[in-house]
Amino acid sequence: MNQHTSFLRKKPKLDIFANPNAELVFWCIFAVGLMMVPVFGSAYFLYMACLVCINLVATVGLNITVGYAGLLSIGHSAFLGVGAYASALAFLHMGTPLALNIVIGAVSAFSVGLVFGLPALRIKGVHLAIATLAAQYSLYFIFQQWTSVTGGDRGLSLPKTDILGMGDTGFYYVVAFVALITSIAARNLFRTRIGRSFIAVREKDYAAQVLGINVVGVKLMAFGIGAAYAGIAGALLAAFLRIVNPDQFTLTSSVFFLAAVVVGGRGSILGAMLGAVFMTLMPEILREGISFAMGPEADMASVLSPLREIIFGALIVGFLIFEPRGLVGIVRRIMGHREVVDAGTGH
Amino acid sequence: MIQQLENLLQVSDINVSFGGLKALSNVNLSVPSNRVTAVIGPNGAGKTTLFNVISGFYSADSGSIQYEKMDLLTMPAHSRSKIGISRTFQNIALFPGMSVLENIKLGAHAQLKTNVFSAAIYLGSAAREERAISERIYDRLLNLLELEDYADRSISGLPYGIQKRIELARALAGEPKLLMLDEPFAGMNTAEKANMANHMRQIIERTNITVLLIDHDMESIMSIADSISVLNFGSLIASGTPSEIQKNPAVIDAYLGEE
Repeated sequence: MNQHTSFLRKKPKLDIFANPNAELVFWCIFAVGLMMVPVFGSAYFLYMACLVCINLVATVGLNITVGYAGLLSIGHSAFLGVGAYASALAFLHMGTPLALNIVIGAVSAFSVGLVFGLPALRIKGVHLAIATLAAQYSLYFIFQQWTSVTGGDRGLSLPKTDILGMGDTGFYYVVAFVALITSIAARNLFRTRIGRSFIAVREKDYAAQVLGINVVGVKLMAFGIGAAYAGIAGALLAAFLRIVNPDQFTLTSSVFFLAAVVVGGRGSILGAMLGAVFMTLMPEILREGISFAMGPEADMASVLSPLREIIFGALIVGFLIFEPRGLVGIVRRIMGHREVVDAGTGH
Repeated sequence: MIQQLENLLQVSDINVSFGGLKALSNVNLSVPSNRVTAVIGPNGAGKTTLFNVISGFYSADSGSIQYEKMDLLTMPAHSRSKIGISRTFQNIALFPGMSVLENIKLGAHAQLKTNVFSAAIYLGSAAREERAISERIYDRLLNLLELEDYADRSISGLPYGIQKRIELARALAGEPKLLMLDEPFAGMNTAEKANMANHMRQIIERTNITVLLIDHDMESIMSIADSISVLNFGSLIASGTPSEIQKNPAVIDAYLGEE
C-alpha cells in the first residue's frame, strides 16, 4: 500500500490565505501593527485600541459558537459579565494579578456556559437562541440583584492596574497580547480534528455521529469555548474600565457581538476580527465624520446622534445585502479568490 | 456456531416498526470477515432502515446485532467509528464548509487524539498528528481513488461521481474493519459505475476489509459481492452466492422480474 509516490505535502488552505506563508505574514503584520499603536497613537487612540482588542476577543469566541458550530447564542454578553464579575471579585477580595484574573474570567465563564449549555444544547436553531436569551436575563438578574456580592446597580469599582510601571500603555500591551494569542489559538483549533468536528456538527449532525463525533459533547465544548472567550474579554473589560455594573452586559451588547460576527463573516477567524474592528470603530468614525461635515458651529448633538445610528444600521444592512459572507467576503474578492470553501451556510 | 465465529457482524431477528408500520421483520444477516456481502431489494424494502439500525440511528424493537462480540444496539451511534465501523450515505453526506482533504480527515476523527489545548497551541503533537494524517491520506487514499487534484478544493461544485469517491475515501480514512456502503452506485451513469466498481475492487484486493453494501444495481453488485441477501417488504427472502440468487424463483418474482 505504501509504494505510491508521496505527493507534495500541501497544507489545506483555510480562510483566505492561498498558502501558509501568506498567513504567517498576516499574523506578523497584525502583531507588529498592535505593537505600533502606542508609538503613534494619542491617548484616545490607545483607548479605542484597547476596546477594539477586547471586543475582538469576545467576537472571535462568539464566532466559534455561532459561526463554526452553528449554535445561535444571543446571551454572549452575559458570559462577559460572568468573567468581569468573577475577575473583579477575585481582584478585590484576594488581590490576584491581572494574568490570573484573566484565567479566572475564562474558567468561570466556561463553567457557567456549561451549566446553561447542558440543557439548552439538546435543542436547535431558534429554540436554542431563546434558551440563550434565558441565560442572558437570568445572569443579568443575578448581577443586579445579588447586591451583597455584585454591588447591585452601582456595581464594583476597581483600582488602576499598573503593568510594569507603564501605565495605560502597559495595560494596552497586555490586552493586545491576549487578543493576538486568543485569535491564533482559535485559528489553530480549525487546523485540527477539534475544529473539523465543530463544522461537521453544524452542517450534518447525523454524518458527524457516524464519524465518531459525540454531537452533544462537541456542542457543549463549542459553547463553553465561546463563553470562555467572553470571560477573558470580560476580565479585560473590568480591568480596563475599572468598573463592573449590570448595564454593561445587556441584550443590546449581546446583539452587538452577534452583529460583529455576521458583519465580519460567519465561520472565519479573520472575519470575526474584522467585524469587531468595524463594529467598534464605525460609530466613532461616523461621529467624527458627521461633526466634520456639519462644521464647527453645529451644536446639535441631539439631531446627530440618531443620524449616526441610522447610518450605522444602513451600513450593516448594506453589507448583508451586497456581501452575505461579510467583510471577509470582500477581502476574499479583493484578493481574487473565486472558489472558496462555503462557510456561510450555518444556521 | 463455527460459522458465527467467522462473522464480523451478526444481525439476529431484528424487528423495527415505525408507528404501526413494520419496516423490518425478523431479519437475520451474517457478514463474514474479509468478504463482500450485499443486501439488495426494491425501493422501500427496508435496506436503508437496516443500515440505520446498524449505525445506531434507529432503535430496534427486538433482536440483537453482534459486532466482534459487542452488542451494538446498546452503544451510542458515535461509538461505532472507534471500533472500526464506517459507512457512506445514499445521498452523499459531505461537509461543504470544509475542503476535500478536511472532509476525508474527518473519517479518521475517532482515531486521532488531539485535544482542545494541544489544538489551540498547535505545536508538537497536534501539528505532528495533522501532518501524519495528511500524509497517510495522500499516500494511501488520494491516488488510489484518483483524487489528488481535488484535495484543496471545496466540495460544492464537484461532480457527483467525484463526491461519491470522496465519501468513500472518508469512510476508509479511519482504516475500518467493516465498511458499510449505502447505494454506492446510485445516481451514477454507466461510466461512473464501472469506475466506482473498479475502485472498490482495488480496495478490497489491497486490504482485509469487510464490506456490507446495499444497492439495487444488480449488474455492479454481481461483479463485486461474494454473497447476496435479498430483502422484500422488510423480510429476508433469500441468501446465497450471486449465481444462486440470480436463479432463485422467489427473487426473480419479487425483484429481478420487474426491472
